[in-house]
Amino acid sequence: MGLSQTFSKILTNLFHKKTSRIGIYGPPNAGKTTLANRIAKEWSTGIEGTVSEVPHETRRALRAENITITGSNGRAITIDIVDTPGVTTKIDYNEFIEYGIARDEAIDRAREATEGVAEAMHWLREDIDGVIYMMDATADPFAQVNIMMVGIIESRHLPVVIAANKTDLPDASPQRIKTAFPQHPVVPISSLTGTKVEDLYEEMIRAFR
Amino acid sequence: MQGVQIDLISAERLSRMASMEKIRLILDKVRDGTIVILESGLSPEEQSSLIEMTMQEILPDGFSGIEIETYPSKQKSGMLSRLVRGESEFRRLTVIGPANQLRMIRRDRDFISAWISSR
Repeated sequence: MGLSQTFSKILTNLFHKKTSRIGIYGPPNAGKTTLANRIAKEWSTGIEGTVSEVPHETRRALRAENITITGSNGRAITIDIVDTPGVTTKIDYNEFIEYGIARDEAIDRAREATEGVAEAMHWLREDIDGVIYMMDATADPFAQVNIMMVGIIESRHLPVVIAANKTDLPDASPQRIKTAFPQHPVVPISSLTGTKVEDLYEEMIRAFR
Repeated sequence: MQGVQIDLISAERLSRMASMEKIRLILDKVRDGTIVILESGLSPEEQSSLIEMTMQEILPDGFSGIEIETYPSKQKSGMLSRLVRGESEFRRLTVIGPANQLRMIRRDRDFISAWISSR
């Protein structure tokens, strides 16, 4: 982001001219849509995304608008939430066949997933004001996609909150994520059970105001 | 002799190339089964474009994408470096190969171990 863009963003933030678009990014199956659905359910009007164990279930960016989140001290933010497809550098339709999906449908899914990832990257470059980066706390935080995506987000100087998701699972280790990315706030949550999501809301209010 | 071609591209050569030239070079080589090692890596903006272009080139029963290995970024501190684009990160050695030939075995903040197979 250049100097003029930086100042423009500061001015925009000062006068609150628009609702911030907050992207939920992360690798496939990190729990992005589960969180987006929870936020929409708790603070807005309805559920929008489909959740499944099959990777790349979300293949188009989905947006929920004008969500107002209020913190414990009464401070609030109004944001648009953009649930994005899981970011990856590789997609093989055979991966879907392993989940029992027929070949033709698997090929269609793979094509839609590639388009969705490209779209998500485009959103990040053009239309996102802040990021909730979802990581699976049972997985290796040093996965290449995490390293690249956090680097890309940092290079755009976007505020970011890392959600260390799936703390309901026995081998979850949010501490590994905190150690891997000490420069950013890391909030351990379970978007499935709702455990500690209120901590995430508080951190979002701090980061995205 | 069967094997895998590995191309090492110097930081000096990379510095003379435009972003799109680098990405095109990488994708052309990787699609041919070559492992590419970049001495100075790619900027975050270039990595973002590389992901986007990789997605556009994936085909059923053909190219299935890339595996890319690099170290976590190290940010320079200071207000000026944060404000001036491109000055906030170091570019680090990067290995890129076809997704079906390059596998990461172990990665840490300062160590990468990968496995390369022939096609």
